[in-house]
This record gives sequence, structure tokens and C-alpha cells, in this order.
Amino acid sequence: MSKSLNVALLGNPNTGKTSVFNRLTGLTQKVGNYPGITVEKKEGVCKLNNTTKAHVLDLPGTYSLNASSMDESFVIELLLNKNSKDFPDVAVLITDVENLKRNLLLYTQIKDLEIPTILVINMSDQMKRKGISINISLLEEQLDTKIALISTRENKGLDELKKLILNYRQLSCKPILKLITIDEDYFLNLEKTFPQQSLYKLWLVITQDVNFAKIDRKRVSDSTDFKTQSESYLKRLQQKETVKRYQFINGTLKKGLNIDRDAAKDFRSRLDRILIHKFWGYIIFFAILMTIFQSIFDWSSIPQDFIDSSFAALSESVKTKLPSGVFTSLLAEGIIPGLGGIVIFIPQIAFLFLFISVLEETGYMSRVVFLMDRGLRRFGLSGKSVIPLISGTACAIPAVMATRNIENWKERLITILVTPFTTCAARLPVYAILIALVIPEGSFLGMNYQGLMLMGLYLIGFLMALLSAWILSKTLKINSKSYFVVEMPNYKFPLLKNVAITVWEKTRTFVTEAGKIILAISILLWILASYGPGKKFSNAKQIIHKIHPEMKGENLDNKINAYRLEHSYIGILGKAIEPAISPLGYDWKIGIALISSFAAREVFVGTLATIYSVESNSEETIKNKMASEVRADGTPLFNLASGISLMLFYAFAMQCMSTLAIVKKETNSWRWPMVQLFGMTFLAYIVAFSTYQILA
Amino acid sequence: MTLDQLSLGEVAEIESIETDKLPLKLIEMGCLPGNSISLIQKAPFDDPLYLKVDDSYVAIRKETAQYIHVRLKK
Repeated sequence: MSKSLNVALLGNPNTGKTSVFNRLTGLTQKVGNYPGITVEKKEGVCKLNNTTKAHVLDLPGTYSLNASSMDESFVIELLLNKNSKDFPDVAVLITDVENLKRNLLLYTQIKDLEIPTILVINMSDQMKRKGISINISLLEEQLDTKIALISTRENKGLDELKKLILNYRQLSCKPILKLITIDEDYFLNLEKTFPQQSLYKLWLVITQDVNFAKIDRKRVSDSTDFKTQSESYLKRLQQKETVKRYQFINGTLKKGLNIDRDAAKDFRSRLDRILIHKFWGYIIFFAILMTIFQSIFDWSSIPQDFIDSSFAALSESVKTKLPSGVFTSLLAEGIIPGLGGIVIFIPQIAFLFLFISVLEETGYMSRVVFLMDRGLRRFGLSGKSVIPLISGTACAIPAVMATRNIENWKERLITILVTPFTTCAARLPVYAILIALVIPEGSFLGMNYQGLMLMGLYLIGFLMALLSAWILSKTLKINSKSYFVVEMPNYKFPLLKNVAITVWEKTRTFVTEAGKIILAISILLWILASYGPGKKFSNAKQIIHKIHPEMKGENLDNKINAYRLEHSYIGILGKAIEPAISPLGYDWKIGIALISSFAAREVFVGTLATIYSVESNSEETIKNKMASEVRADGTPLFNLASGISLMLFYAFAMQCMSTLAIVKKETNSWRWPMVQLFGMTFLAYIVAFSTYQILA
Repeated sequence: MTLDQLSLGEVAEIESIETDKLPLKLIEMGCLPGNSISLIQKAPFDDPLYLKVDDSYVAIRKETAQYIHVRLKK
């Protein structure tokens, strides 16, 4: 018989919490969302022994139970709600040996919730270098729990941790701090009014915006004047509470922890001197960005060419080997080219996630926040907007979620609104194929034109984000307090396993999520392209025969297919919008790709692939098919003017339903996603229009 | 004097803080009267400030630093 128990991992950011989670659960982990909210839910399974397994929940990093962000308030809500199916049987608090004092603040708070709490001291491999020694048994006695000393880097101590989790029932649940000592009148009164409740829980409910147990909360605020005490009075009590907690922690650590400062070799200050230097700091940052964009383009091209030709060959062999019929042509002309359109971008997306996760793992990202804050504030953003803007180059959805740690609402809202301008991974497919088609090969100062064009597009995205942020900051009338606190973590060498799991997890999610939409759209497109109303579609063969009686063989087939496509349902749809987009240099087939792109941008390539496959029977790659498209006058459809106009349209237009949905959730109103949808798309149209008119 | 007047590399002791004006998070990171604080680095235009407070390393904006009163350590 197997038993299972709930384990919640908690801890300050930068303590290696995710490393512990990865070590415990490996690839059993799942990343999803909590129902109704956008907080990321990471869970996994860890086998403790032959009969017991643990459901491990990796909760968002929090500095304390006094929430200053949505992620933090979610943690509190979970810890207060005993009825939740995720409520932990045991909490595991991860601390970093170098920041033990500050990390223990959260420990004392969780312990006061009367939840059994195991203390994990991570990064024990750093102790010797930093001159730290710890008296574990003394700390265990003082903190009234069990301690696991581990190193995720060297994979040490995790078995002991599993044993402690298994025996969690032996842990004490007694609170540490006596709240009464903070303010006797206030807390005695509170206790008298609600004798059934834990005092610390009541106190948290009063001071936090937590939705837990709505009835209880109402009683607290209705029946007494606990909440109506002035905000600054409550804040002073919170400060007193913090002082009390630190008094306890200092007393404990005085006996249990010894740091020999002379033995500590500090490589933080040496690295900081260069990396956040007033001049070199910026040079290094931009050099890193340039390297990233150049390598995404260069390193990915080999696997991409391979994938492209493999899918073309697969499509062809399906067509010849399977008996012909509706199913075979759906597979060969709809599904396979459509999927090929997404698989081909796995290399680029994986590289992008690799770079971003390395920058975050090393602690460098906080330095960038520090360097950029002043400059970004001029545009109404915060230094913390750097993280959304950079991770927006992967995907706008996690980027919008990453704005949550921006304390100032106006700065946060502006960041959310402009983040979709950054070049997300879904635009990469569109850019990559268009650049390869219309930008000549060759190089300038050692950088090839195609790479430069790609970098230019990324830059344009960032500049447009800044410009619109500046306009928004001047026009939006929102007053909010400007708080800005960033922890500057120690530099760390990135853990290979963490990076690998992040890259795998994000790429997989991207491909499966996008894959589902693309599959559905390519089936729909194939149906719309393979059937049509009226006689022109069904009698295509006879009509072409009549016009070109001399044609034979493949030429004839292609002519018939093209005529059919033009009069299919999708052809009619594309023709209908052609007048609106022909001043931008696009034909009706691109028009169809534009329409389907509103589901997700990366559908563009797959859509064109599907349309061209239906049209011709040749086994060409997507790129070659696009290159051979011509206008009525015989010039290539994709030339410099139409190519750049199209790229700029994709750079600015809001074409992602998932982003709109997440912005609606994060801003709690339809107003802002609608501002994005219409504002950005209008801008895109104007820019694409003028570009084509000037270049053509 | 207030924290924003501190020079690079100077170590001071926090005398008092204006609780209402400071984020609780900063207080919880150890920005409390009696603790030591030092200025490690300033970004261009002297803002934000990179500080060591107690044992934590944090960056805050100059305007926030005005609400922290400090005394130089000798």
C-alpha cells in the first residue's frame, strides 16, 4: 500500500529552492497554473521510501509572510487555508547558509502558523570558503525543529532531508513568537474576541489582503475595530514584530553560528566592480545581448535546415506510400507541413531560453536591474521592467507574469502594456524565414547582414516599447507609491541541471501549446482550402481545359490547383481582405496567414506551408515554395519592400490571444488588453503601409 | 544625516527610520535602527544605491534612502 503526503517548499528568492525541488522531483515535475489565477504552480513527486511518496509543491519565492506582491499573497493564502487540497502536511523552508539570519525571519513566521517546518540549510559547500561554521544540534534545539544541511551543487544531504520529511510527525508545532509581547492591549483584546483562532493567523488576516475563509475575515473587520486602526499604527506593530523576530534570531545565531570574516574571500565585490561599472557595466550588458542574438541566428541554422528538409521529405513519402484519399491529403498537405512550421523553431527557442535562464541563475539579472533603473524611470518604467522586457524575448506570457514584483502599480501597468512589443519567440519563425528570403547574404564588420537585420528587429521592438512607455507615462493619470527594493544576490555558477530543466520545460510547453493551436488551425485551413462553394471550384478542371487547351502534365495540374484554391472558401476569404492589405504589399494568401496569426503569430509559416502544399504537389521546402511565389507581373512576391513591411507588421501588431487573456487576468479588466489590441495593430498597419510605399 | 548623503564605502549605523514611508520588505531585510549599513556602489546619476544592510545586499532608490537616518561609525 502506498501513502502520500503533501510537502511545500518555501524560501526567500535566491536560496536555491528550485534546485532542491529539481533534486527531489527530477523530471516528474509539472508546471501549470492554479485555477483562476496566474500564479505558476510547480509540483512533482518524490519517492521517500517503498511505501510513501511525497507530493512536492514548489511555492513562489517569498521574503516574508507580509505580502508585497501577488505571488507572496498567494503563498500566505495557501498556508492559511487548511481545507485546500494542496495544504502541506509539512513545510520545508530552504535557506542559504550565507543569508541565514534574514532567511530565518520567514522560518519564524511559518512556524508561528503551527505547521511542522523542516529547516534546510543549503549551499553547505560554500561554508568553508566563507569561513562559516554551524552548531546544528544547538540550532535545532533553539529553533525547535529538525535541520537538514545540504548542498544541491554537490548533491549532498538530500537523503537525510527525505528521512526528515518521512518522519514529519515528530516535529514540534509550537509557535516561536509571543505576539502579546508586541502590544499587550491590542493582542489581548484580539484574543478575547476570537478565542478559537490562532493569534498569528488573525494578525495575518488583519494585515494582509488575503481572501482566505471569507466569513472569518468579515467577522474580524465587522465586529471590532481591529482593522480600523490606522494603517500606520498597524505598520508600526509590524515593525515591532519584525524587531522581536530578529531579536530571537540574533540570540539563536549568536550561539549556533560562527562566521570567520577573515577567511571569507569575497568575489562578489570584485565582479561587481566590473559588471556594474558606470561605463563598462553597460558595455558588457549590450555585448551580452548582441552575442545572444547573433548566436540564436547562427547556431540554429544547421538543425533548422535539417528539420525543414526532413518534413518536406516526410510529407512526400506519406503522399506516395499511403493510399490516396481525403485522409492522406489531410495528413500530407495539412498536418505535416503545419507541424513542420513549429518544429523548425525548436532550436532557436531552446537557445533563447538557455541564455535567459543562465542570466537569471548567475545573479547577473539583478545587476542589470540596478544599472537600468534610473534610465528606465525616465520612460515611466522601473529597473525591474528589465526582466519582463528581456524574458519577453522568449514569450510575453511569462513576461507579463514577471511584472508582479514591480511594487509600483503605474510602473507595473506600463510594463505590462509595452511588453508585447518585445520580440517574442513566436515572431522569430516569421522573421527567420522572411530574412532568409529577402535579406542578401554577406557581411559587414564581421557580422552578417541577416544577423544584423534580426538584431535590428529586436532593437526596434525595444525602442517601440520604450517610446510607448514614455507616452503612457505622460498620459496615464495614476498615483502610486514608488517602492523599489531589489536584492543583489551572490554570484553563482549556473547549475547545469536547473538550466537543462528550465530549457526542456519551457521549450516543451511552448511547442505543445503552440502545437495544439497549429494543428487545429492547419486542419481547419486544409478543409477551407480543399472545398469551395459554387461551380468555379467544382468545375475547375473543365474551366482550365477550356482556357488553356494546349496545357498538359504537371503544368496543367498546378494551374488547376491554383484556380481551385482561389475559389475555395479560404480563397474567397483572402480575396475579401486583399484590398485592405495590398497597399502593404501582401497578396490574399499572406492575408490568410495574417488572419490565422491572430490565434498566434508562429502560425504564419505553417499557414503558408499548408496553402502552398494544397496548391502544388512538389516536394519543396517551405522556404523554396515562398521564394517561388510571384506576383501578376512575374516579380517575386517576397521582395525587400514586402518582406520588410511584413516584418514590421509582425513587430508591432498585437496578434496573440493568449497574451490578451493573461493581460486581462493581471490587470483585472478588459480595458487594457483592448488598448493593446487596437493600439498596437493600428500602429502596425500604419508602419507597414508607409514602409512598403517608400521601399516599393 | 540621511542615508543618501553617505559616501561610497562609508559604514554607518541606522539611527531611526520613517516607518510609514518605507516598504516593509526593506525593514524585513534588516533595515532597522541599530543595524549597520554601508554604501557599496552608486548607479550613474547617484541613483539607485547599492547597499549592504546588516547582512543583506539590496538596491533602493535615492528617494527611499532619504527616510533612513544614519550616524557615521568611527
